[in-house]
Parts: sequence; C-alpha cells; structure tokens
Amino acid sequence: MLQQIEGSKAVAETIAACMPDVVCAYPISPQTHIVEALDELTRLGKIGNCQFVNVESEFSAMSVAIGASATGARTYTATASQGLLFMVEPVYNASGLGLPIVMTVANRAIGSPINIWNDQSDSMSQRDSGWIQLYAQDNQSAADLHILAFRLAEELSLPVMVCMDGFILTHAMEEIDVADIDLVQKYLPKFAPRQVLDPQDPVSIGAMVGPEAFTEVKYLGHFKQLKALEIIPELSEQFEEVFGRPAAGPDDYKGLVTKYHLEDAEVVLVALGSVLGTIKDAVDEHRKNGIKVGAMGITSFRPFPLDEVRKSLKHAQKIVVVERAFAPGVGGIVSSNIRTALSAIDIKINTVVAGLGGRPITLKSISELVDKALYGSLPEFSFMDLDVELVERELERNLLTRRSGPMAENLLKDLGTR
Amino acid sequence: MSTPLKFYQVGSFAVGNRLLGDEQLSVQSRSDRTNSLTSGHRACQGCGEALGARYVMDAAMAATDGKVIAVNATGCLEVFSTPYPETSWRLPWMHSLFGNAAPVATGVAFALKAQGRSDIRVVAQGGDGGTVDIGFGPLSGMFERNDDVLYVCYDNEAYMNTGVQRSGATPPAARTNTTHAVGENPGASFTQGKNLPKIAMAHGIPYVATASVSDLHDLEEKVTKAMSMHGARYLHVLVPCPLGWGTRSEETIKLARLATESGLFPVYEAEDGVVTATKKIRKQVPVDEYLQIQKRFSHLFGPKGNPELVKAIQEIANRNIAEFDLLGEAQ
Ligand SMILES: Cc1ncc(C[n+]2csc(CCOP(=O)(O)OP(=O)(O)O)c2C)c(N)n1
Ligand code: SF4
Ligand SMILES: [Mg+2]
Repeated sequence: MLQQIEGSKAVAETIAACMPDVVCAYPISPQTHIVEALDELTRLGKIGNCQFVNVESEFSAMSVAIGASATGARTYTATASQGLLFMVEPVYNASGLGLPIVMTVANRAIGSPINIWNDQSDSMSQRDSGWIQLYAQDNQSAADLHILAFRLAEELSLPVMVCMDGFILTHAMEEIDVADIDLVQKYLPKFAPRQVLDPQDPVSIGAMVGPEAFTEVKYLGHFKQLKALEIIPELSEQFEEVFGRPAAGPDDYKGLVTKYHLEDAEVVLVALGSVLGTIKDAVDEHRKNGIKVGAMGITSFRPFPLDEVRKSLKHAQKIVVVERAFAPGVGGIVSSNIRTALSAIDIKINTVVAGLGGRPITLKSISELVDKALYGSLPEFSFMDLDVELVERELERNLLTRRSGPMAENLLKDLGTR
Repeated sequence: MSTPLKFYQVGSFAVGNRLLGDEQLSVQSRSDRTNSLTSGHRACQGCGEALGARYVMDAAMAATDGKVIAVNATGCLEVFSTPYPETSWRLPWMHSLFGNAAPVATGVAFALKAQGRSDIRVVAQGGDGGTVDIGFGPLSGMFERNDDVLYVCYDNEAYMNTGVQRSGATPPAARTNTTHAVGENPGASFTQGKNLPKIAMAHGIPYVATASVSDLHDLEEKVTKAMSMHGARYLHVLVPCPLGWGTRSEETIKLARLATESGLFPVYEAEDGVVTATKKIRKQVPVDEYLQIQKRFSHLFGPKGNPELVKAIQEIANRNIAEFDLLGEAQ
C-alpha cells in the first residue's frame, strides 16, 4: 500500500512482513528508528511470536543472531558505523558458519573523529567479511531489498547486509509502497535451515578446522558468493512478478547493477546508494545539452558483478567512480573493483571521494565533475570539494612546532575563529 | 527423622555411591547416563575441566529428558572435544567465539521461545578467561536480561588453551607465563580479584552456585537444581589443570578438595542474590598444604621461599571462612 512514510519505518514494516523469529538490536544513529519500530511491532503482536532482544552491545547483537539462526530462527538485526566495527568478530563468524542472517547497515562514517553523518566507510570496511552486500538507491529499494535479502540468504545459507545511506534514506519521508504481507509470504518461503541445533539430530557446529580443509571452507564461501550472481537475477525476476516492481529500483538490471542512459554514454558515473539520485539529475542536465553522459549503480557490491560491469562499461570513454569511502594510502575501493572488471580494456577511470561524514554532494559539484572529466582536467584520484586551504594551514602549523596539537580540533578551531 | 546423609561414611573422602538408595545414585553411576561428552577427547590426563564438563552435561541431560543444546566458548574444552572428524559431543553443540558463549546461548534460547520449544534447554560453558574477562560484558547482559540460560564457568584459574597466561581469575602469587615468578613481586599480583559468583549474585539472578570437582555429587545436584529453574543461572566450577598448575594428574581431585578445605574456594549456593547454603569445611587445612604441591606456587616455598606471601594467601582463606561461615555447623 502506498503511504507517506519514513525510510526506517518502511524498512521495519517490511522486516515485520518477512516474519522474523528473532530480532536483536543495540541502538546507534542512524539505525535507531528501524529497531524502535520493530520493538513496537513485536509488542503489538504484529510479527507473530517474534522475540525482540535488547542486547548490551553490537558484539552481542550479532552473537545472539548467530545462536538464533543456528537454532533455525529467521533472524534480523541492524547497525551502523562504530556498531558494525564493534561486531566485526561475530560478523566474520556468521559468514564463516554460513548463517543466513539479514542485517541492515544504516551507512554512517567511522571515527575518529566521531561523526554521525552518512558515508559508506562502515559497510565498505566489511566488504571482505564474506557477507553479501546490497546497496539501496532509494527508500523503496531499501525496503524491497530486505525481502530479497532473506530469500537470498536462506537460499544460499549466507548472511546478507542491506546497506542504506544513514539519514539521507533512513530519516527521509517519501511515498513508499510497503510490501503487503500476503505477497511477501508468497515470495518468501518458510525458513528451512541447512544446519540446525536439534536434540533429535545432534550436530557439532563450529569445530576447529586446520590446513587440511580451511581453504576449501573458504572456497565454498567464495563459491556461494559467485552462485549469488546467478541467483540474484532469478530472485529479482520473481520479485518483479510478485510485487510488480524491481526490488533494486526503477533502473534495475537483474538486481546486480542499475543502468541509466548507459547505451550510448561516453562518460559514465558509477556509484552506490542514494547519491545516484543526484547523479541521475546531473545526467539529465547534461543530456539536455547533448552531452552523452550515463550512470551505473552497483546494487550487489558483494558479490561484485564483474561481467555485468564489464558489459555495461566497456564502450564508455571515461568512467568516474564517485566513492563514499576510500582506502587511505591507496585510493578508491569501488574503482579498484571496476578496474578488475575492465582489465585489459583501456578506459580511463577517475576516482572521486565524495560526501565523507555527511558533506553534501551537490548537483553543482557532480555537474562540474562531468565537465572536468570531459575536458580531461580531473585527476585520477581526488576529493570532491576538499577545503585545500584549510588543509594547508594545518600542515603549516605542523611545520611550525612539534607539539601542534590534535588535528581535528585544530581544523575546527581554525574554521570557527577565522 | 532419618540421619542426614554424609558422603564420607565410607571412611575415605570418596563419594560412597554404593551406600545410596537407587534414587540417590549419581547420574554418572547410572547405566542410562548420556555420555554427552564421551571418551576419546584430547584433554590432558587428569584434566579437571573435562571431568567437570562431563558431569555437568550428563546431569543437565538427565534433568531435561535429553533435551539440551550446548554452546561453548573458545578454550581448552572446545579444542580438546572437537578434533574433527571426531567430536566428543553427543548433544547439539555450537562454538562461535571466545567471548560470546553467553549471547549465542541467548540467541538459541530466544529462537526456541519463538518456536514454542519450551522443552529444550540451553547450557553455555566457558573457561575462566572466556567468562570473567573477554566474555564478561556479554555475560552480564545475559544476567541482567535474565535470559533462560544456564552458564557454567570451568575455572582453572588461567588461560590454559593458549599456554597458561594470567586471567582475571588467576590467584595472587601464582606463576603463569605472563606472571613469571621472578623479580620483586613474583607471580600474579595481589589484586582485588574478580569474583564472578558474587558479581553474578549482584545481578539478582535466580540461581548462582559454586562447585568443585572434588564433590561431584554436589556438582550434579546443583546442575539438576539449576535445570529445574528458569531464567539466568550461573555455576562456577573449580577445575584443577595439571598442565597449568604444575600438578600430578592423579592429584586433581585432591587439589580441588584442598582448595575448598583450606577456605580458598568457598562452595555455596545463592538464590535471587542471597546465599542459601554453604558447604562447611570438614577438616580445615592450612593453605600451605594446597599450595605446596603446585609448581605454580613453588617460588613461595623452600630456602628462597616467601612466607609473607603464603601468609597473605592464608588471610584470603581466613576472610572467606569468616564471610561464608565455612567452619560453622553443617546445615
Ligand atoms: C578474541 C580472542 N582473543 C584471544 C583468543 C585466544 N584464546 C583462545 S582460547 C584462550 C584462553 C582460554 O582461556 P579460558 O577461557 O580460561 O579457558 P581454558 O582454556 O583455560 O579452559 C585465548 C586467550 C581468541 N580465540 N579470541
Ligand atoms: S591444559 Fe589444563 S584445562 Fe587444558 S586440557 Fe590440559 S589439563 Fe585440561
Ligand atoms: Mg582457564
């Protein structure tokens, strides 16, 4: 049913329609509205016999999820930023054990400096954790991807993260069609676990594995990820049949990527998440002026759809990857994956790090980016809207005296007292 | 009124099963015991932890008609019991991480609740390191929520699985590989210690008990009682470790007994945060008797010994004896 609803609330109601058995949560902005709503829905008896567990840390949130999932419960949790880092050990454990937990990551920057605003450094830090990672472009896809996520997780026995930009999506009111429970039940069969703790048929789970089989266990994790590249398109197609819309948004292509005016595009902007909205506006603007610009979104970042990316991008002349996180000391994260997809194809790839810690990514900045890419003045790796003078003044202070003080506070003082 | 039963009627300290009626026989002596932690595992000879875990799990199984799911922290018990393709566990068993046995067990318990399986019960277990140190926060959370889990700590007073390093449960003056018996203050320092049974009691949970592998009948009874209750329950079992303590394999039970008879390890039960029963010391022994036969305390004795430290340890025992009235009349 179409309704004017906050992104977090839409996600919570969608999760409720998936009828989880156990939901565990520890609060962190900007994830809070999701779990608050789920607590209420559980108490109102709207999720059957679902158990809502308030834990004392994210480490325990993921650990409770592990125990519940291994006991055959459909299990959900949500976190962000510091919370995701606090649970890293059980995050890896859940994927290693092959437990089909679904978790929302309400993307937020990682400190220090502490910052509650949006970027994607949190989920990017877990890109090699063995979890599947799906990125939502808007709130409709944020809600819908969770339904697909449960189906995918349980099909493969692998955990799935659904990443949605904090505040920009989680706190935005929009018109959303929250999936009807009957349709969800039609799409999502009852959870039939591959492994379960059961006194009738006792198994040991979590034994030590030495060099004799460790590589093979890890290989199978990789294999399942590659399998997901085949299954996601099937599940996406079925999703569209049942719900009448693609799970990953209007420009969806097989649930793996999104394509916006790619066919004849000479310059292609690549991104993940909500920034694609602004990017598409920039594409429209340039198209009006006859410039062949297109945009590609990556819905499935893990597994990374190498083939689809190659097919979509190989005819482009210039590629600009707009990244909401980066790898200090090297550069882009998404772009290095794009480069892998395009290996042996000679296309220039520019990486632009944008919107860190909630800095707005404006239409103006994106449009300028396209212009710079066209005129060849875009460096291979750069930071959008970097306050170069502010940085230089701090570097000068560093030269003046050994004990120059805390960097972040120096910058704030500089900005606040100039 | 029948005379209360005393297990030393046989003249030795051994539990006199043969003097008991059928209904009082220990679970372990029954032919239908489940052997939940069955033989063939790789624990050292005389491992107190293996012995304790075997009694705990069989008693838990007997109390629940064989419907127990066990969760294990990383540590000796986990490692020696599951050298795949062999596993010693004849019940559903899961190991996740070092510090998360309690919350994983919570997850199991809530999954069972969601599924309406109130007949299946959950037991979490870990070593002292997994319990009093790295898993402490999550365990406290489990207590505070009063989750339906029995958590059993097998306390061998150090990180044994990684090669005998100090934990928050390592006693003062004990030598470990991170508290060497050299320098001015040899061995572990005289700190406040981290008394987890008391901390568990402070959470006001339904049941807290300590036990020792020197009184296995008592251990079984406590497990049985714990399994008859719901909510968060905590059992702290002293399990001597021949390798880490530098003791003879055949002296594990003797050591466990000397620990209780010296007053260093008080054995008691508490319900809703209040002590309800204590095991009285039968024949008090000075702490020297307990310490002297352990290599981890050898620097305290002999010509280069340290009688001051022994005295300080005796004072700890004396404080326990006074606090729990360990020399009082048996109840
Ligand atoms: C997060 C983490 N830190 C450290 C370790 C290494 N580690 C494994 S078992 C163990 C010691 C276990 O000690 P304890 O809990 O007392 O159990 P014991 O082996 O003594 O029975 C340690 C330190 C680990 N597995 N995980
Ligand atoms: S090191 Fe100690 S606790 Fe570990 S198996 Fe050996 S005796 Fe048991
Ligand atoms: Mg230990």
